[in-house]
Amino acid sequence: MAEKKSLGKEFTKGLIKENPVLRLVLGTCPTLAVTTSVTNAIGMGIAATIVLVCSNIVISALRKVIPSKVRIPAFIVVIASFVTIVQMLVKAFVPALDTALGAFLPLIVVNCIILGRAEAYASKNSIIYSAVDGLGMGVGFTAALCLMGTFREVLGAGTFLAGIQDLLVLFGDNVLGGWNGFDFNGALEFAGLQPITLFILPAGGFFVFGILMAVANKIADGMGKPKAVLGCASCPMAAHCTSKKEDSKCNKKEADAV
Amino acid sequence: MKYLIALLVMGLLTNNFVLSKFYGICPFLGVSKKLNTAVGMSAAVIFVMLMATAATYPINQLLVKNDLAFLQTVVFILVIAALVQMVEIVLKKFMKPLYNALGIYLPLITTNCAVLGVVLLNVDEGYTFVQAMVNTLGAGLGFMLAMVLFAGVRKKMENCDIPEFLQGLPITLIAASLVSLSFLGFGGIVEGMGLI
Repeated sequence: MAEKKSLGKEFTKGLIKENPVLRLVLGTCPTLAVTTSVTNAIGMGIAATIVLVCSNIVISALRKVIPSKVRIPAFIVVIASFVTIVQMLVKAFVPALDTALGAFLPLIVVNCIILGRAEAYASKNSIIYSAVDGLGMGVGFTAALCLMGTFREVLGAGTFLAGIQDLLVLFGDNVLGGWNGFDFNGALEFAGLQPITLFILPAGGFFVFGILMAVANKIADGMGKPKAVLGCASCPMAAHCTSKKEDSKCNKKEADAV
Repeated sequence: MKYLIALLVMGLLTNNFVLSKFYGICPFLGVSKKLNTAVGMSAAVIFVMLMATAATYPINQLLVKNDLAFLQTVVFILVIAALVQMVEIVLKKFMKPLYNALGIYLPLITTNCAVLGVVLLNVDEGYTFVQAMVNTLGAGLGFMLAMVLFAGVRKKMENCDIPEFLQGLPITLIAASLVSLSFLGFGGIVEGMGLI
């Protein structure tokens, strides 16, 4: 840790420089699955952020106690406990979100962002830094989800922030004065247009993600940064991966495939 | 019986686990570059999925009986992690050829959301043991189908002249989008065959 660290830097790196979705290519499953609407994206982002911050704090606090040989199972137990807590809270207070996210709420357990941060950061750094790192990564994850959700919802359903009231039900039944998101369908119909349903279908998810990734790569390229790649570097299981021990065959295998 | 076939067809085509439900995207994008790695990975996933379903079904009964259903997530992920380790050890000791074929993928499967996903789904849907196993098999075969098809697509793509800014992950995702689009064509096949 020769590099000088500041809390601000640890927080902001998760937003852009090391954005978990667009730069590190982690957590692709929830990214594609829940971004059919911005409301779901926000809900998923917040749930994952809470788990990320809490698990980072606990793992960082226990980093000297957990033997390195069993650290992955230990991390998974910590993460799974927090996921269960979040799951119960969501079920109790925001039932609409629980229905919308379905199995992807408990699947936060296997979200590579969380295990990846535990392995790469929280197990090596102090509690405060780990918490800030988790918060930054979580906010970056939420931001990427919202960005994708915006494109998909506006183009695919002709709405924006639809169902936001269901998310805010925690703060009362009518916090926004009955406002429940924008709806452009009337205006679209007036212009003789229809929303492009394809965008909220699975195929549209892959497409929007691909385009966003291309834009992110282009921007990174302009700043002299390498392209985002899916590889062993971003894989939380890399340390346990037998292929890595054998002279990183996993990387080589992919490279050989020409 | 009809329902079981419907489950299988749904897992394979209409509700493909990867292309329409978005489980297991990481391996789908990560190890689909070559056909043999794609087949190896999917075989390992099917194997672990079936084992995990068989193992978690009785455990879930036990949890529900004792009012501990909220522990599902924690218990299931631990069972899967332990199972993967055990399978690796057993294969290494007794089935060397199979280990050589699947071994390197096994450690990666613990955090594959397809495995935990299918187990949680089976519980949510309240399937019986047979239904759960068939659903798992369908999901696993669907995963394999998607992987194998996509490996073929990527192989073709290597000879294409792709614009510079799309090279790498972006074009892979767009290709996945087109493969997923083609699976939309299977919509209604289950109803059409009179299975439901």
